[in-house]
Amino acid sequence: MTPRQLTIRLIVLATAILGLNYIIWRWMVSINWEAWWIAVPLVLAETYSLLDSLLFGVTMWRYKQRDTPPPPPAGLTVDVFITTYNEPFDLVMGTARAAKNIAYPHRTWILDDGNRADLRAIAEAEGIGWITRSEDWANRPRHAKAGNLNNALLATDGEFMLILDADQVPDPKILDNTLGYFNNRRMALVQTPQVFVNVPPNDPLGSQAPLFYGPIQQGKDGWNAAFFCGSNAIIRREALMQLGVMRYVSETELALNKALKTADKVVAKARRQLGPGQERLASALSTLATDLQQVRRELSEGQAIADVTYRFQERVDAVARNLVAEDFAALHAELNSIEGLSRTIDVDGSLAVVDDVALDRLSQRDWSPLGAVETVRVLIDSVNAEKAGEAQAVMPLATISVTEDMATCMRLHSLGWESAYHHERLADGLAPEDLDSMLTQRLRWAQGTMQVMFRENPFMQKGLSLAQRLMYLATMWSYLSGFAAVAYIAAPVIYLTLGILPVQSLSNEFFLRLIPFLVINQILFMVVGRGVKTWRGQQYSLALFPTWIKSVTSAFGNVFLGRDLDFRVTPKTLQARSRLPWHLVRPQLIAMAVLVLAAGVGVIRLLLGQGDLLGSTVNFVWIAFDLLIFSVVIEAVRYPGYDAWLDSTKKKEGNP
Amino acid sequence: MIEFNNETLANGVGVIRPVGRLNMVSAPHLGANIDALIGDGTVRLVVDLAGTDFIDSSGLGALITGLKKTRQAGGDLRLANPTAQITAVLEMTNLNRVLQPVASVDGAY
Repeated sequence: MTPRQLTIRLIVLATAILGLNYIIWRWMVSINWEAWWIAVPLVLAETYSLLDSLLFGVTMWRYKQRDTPPPPPAGLTVDVFITTYNEPFDLVMGTARAAKNIAYPHRTWILDDGNRADLRAIAEAEGIGWITRSEDWANRPRHAKAGNLNNALLATDGEFMLILDADQVPDPKILDNTLGYFNNRRMALVQTPQVFVNVPPNDPLGSQAPLFYGPIQQGKDGWNAAFFCGSNAIIRREALMQLGVMRYVSETELALNKALKTADKVVAKARRQLGPGQERLASALSTLATDLQQVRRELSEGQAIADVTYRFQERVDAVARNLVAEDFAALHAELNSIEGLSRTIDVDGSLAVVDDVALDRLSQRDWSPLGAVETVRVLIDSVNAEKAGEAQAVMPLATISVTEDMATCMRLHSLGWESAYHHERLADGLAPEDLDSMLTQRLRWAQGTMQVMFRENPFMQKGLSLAQRLMYLATMWSYLSGFAAVAYIAAPVIYLTLGILPVQSLSNEFFLRLIPFLVINQILFMVVGRGVKTWRGQQYSLALFPTWIKSVTSAFGNVFLGRDLDFRVTPKTLQARSRLPWHLVRPQLIAMAVLVLAAGVGVIRLLLGQGDLLGSTVNFVWIAFDLLIFSVVIEAVRYPGYDAWLDSTKKKEGNP
Repeated sequence: MIEFNNETLANGVGVIRPVGRLNMVSAPHLGANIDALIGDGTVRLVVDLAGTDFIDSSGLGALITGLKKTRQAGGDLRLANPTAQITAVLEMTNLNRVLQPVASVDGAY
């Protein structure tokens, strides 16, 4: 263990002890139950924050700075994928040309989800490949970027792939410096940082994530849980394909078992509903029931699903064909017995024999007499290994979330694959330059994370270690901060206006338990961050509370109630605007106004001799802190975009 | 499920309108409707297929049986307005030569 690691662990331990020392006392002793309606939300918010801090501590426990990997062996095959949907050609081609210049031998592909013929012409003229969705995707779920990548995976064959967003311009060394990790046969994925070049040093939109692309990823890496972040990552194709095939198998098995579970009931019910004169169908259903029993028996013997279902479908086809043949035999007997018919047409000629082609066609699933009972038709279709509703049976990148990266990564980890975080800037990215785009992007990330939490909760997945589960939880947990923020706004307002204190008293004990925890927590951030700017991140984690709350409610509605996410693609170019977009941060502005008014009321109450000096002071400080946090949105609204910022800076330097 | 909206025209022609799918479950219902009309003395029948989305081999059988029964009773059975799938089935089985469909109920007789 390095001295630095030891220091971090000691601080983490101290944070945990001091934090528990505070929160246990809060719950056991300090809650003002008379004002439970604010006291309980506040103590819940504080508990939330403590758990957030403890999860951060767990992340930092195995903080790992990887050594430079060995140079990669020659001869690996690599595809570089540039994903695009509607970005301008210049932007896409800028990235594509840089990708083509990557030193390690590779092939470069533009994955154009916008299917733009002009882009194809420009790309192919420069020897850059162009891929768009195959026809299989028509009228089927497209699954956004995950679908785009899955489509390309079937159109290419490199052993490794580098995934780049259209605005992430790669360094020529990006493959040479990372492919060496894959000498480890279990290594599935290497993520490199996302750093943005169009951001001023004060980063008004909080685009840079130096704490995440640094200590947090390095901490997760220590637990073999480095995250895949969608771009600037190198992936082993074999791992992805294994994932896709295994998902396909388990989903097929699941669908099959579900169908077989209810099969007997479905057939029995269909039989009961048959009226008189349906003896033939009844007997066909009996045969079907026997066939289904055979399917179950063969599956329980461990025979392959594909073989079992194929033979079942063949037996069903035979039953159908038999019914059709019987129908035609009867039909022809009738025709021959109609007097006078043979005088008008040649009954004994071509009409007497229906050819095999017609018989086959009439026996096929869509025209089969067995389809007469809808439930039985659906049942027969389900005892199959097709996924007719999807463009590709195998979907290597997860499609359960609008952020495919986290879900895919978790599935890779649960299959026992490893991931690595390589802490070296190897691509220059572009961040959204206006508040609207930035908010859209953050909402999408948060929604995607919440979708994964609801659909494939890390605690419900097989094959993950406890630490890996905690690493995924830590990220999901951090997106729940919006609810805590509301309590942190409400508590001081309620105290200063109504004089209601959510704690029993502001005794010495309260401060003696709280302040050491707050101090050690900040020390942990300072030591871990080693001078990186973490303040913006802290501000935005509370200041974007409306976005975080919306992400939770909309993802809940999407996963459990089948509602739309109202999802937009993040614009990569500056959106034109005529006036400052104050409306985008209305909830924050209202919160700030309420805080200022409450402070005013607090001052008046003090002057009238109604308020308590200590309590008021604590809440004034609290409000000042809240306002400092929220002030970031004012900077964000006023930020004119990178070029305009550069111009204004130059003018200032020119005329000091 | 299938429904039948039948009527008897002024010229004594009975119109049978199966609405839904004419398959192994519903074919016997078609047979029963035909039998009932013949029983009432209506032996010139038109089966209006405008509302029939689908037919299988059992449905075809019911139509031919109907043809036989009306002929035996001195009448006839004709088809009108077949939908695309029905036309395809009739052509594939050459039964369009026996039951040549006409474009409208009025033109059937």
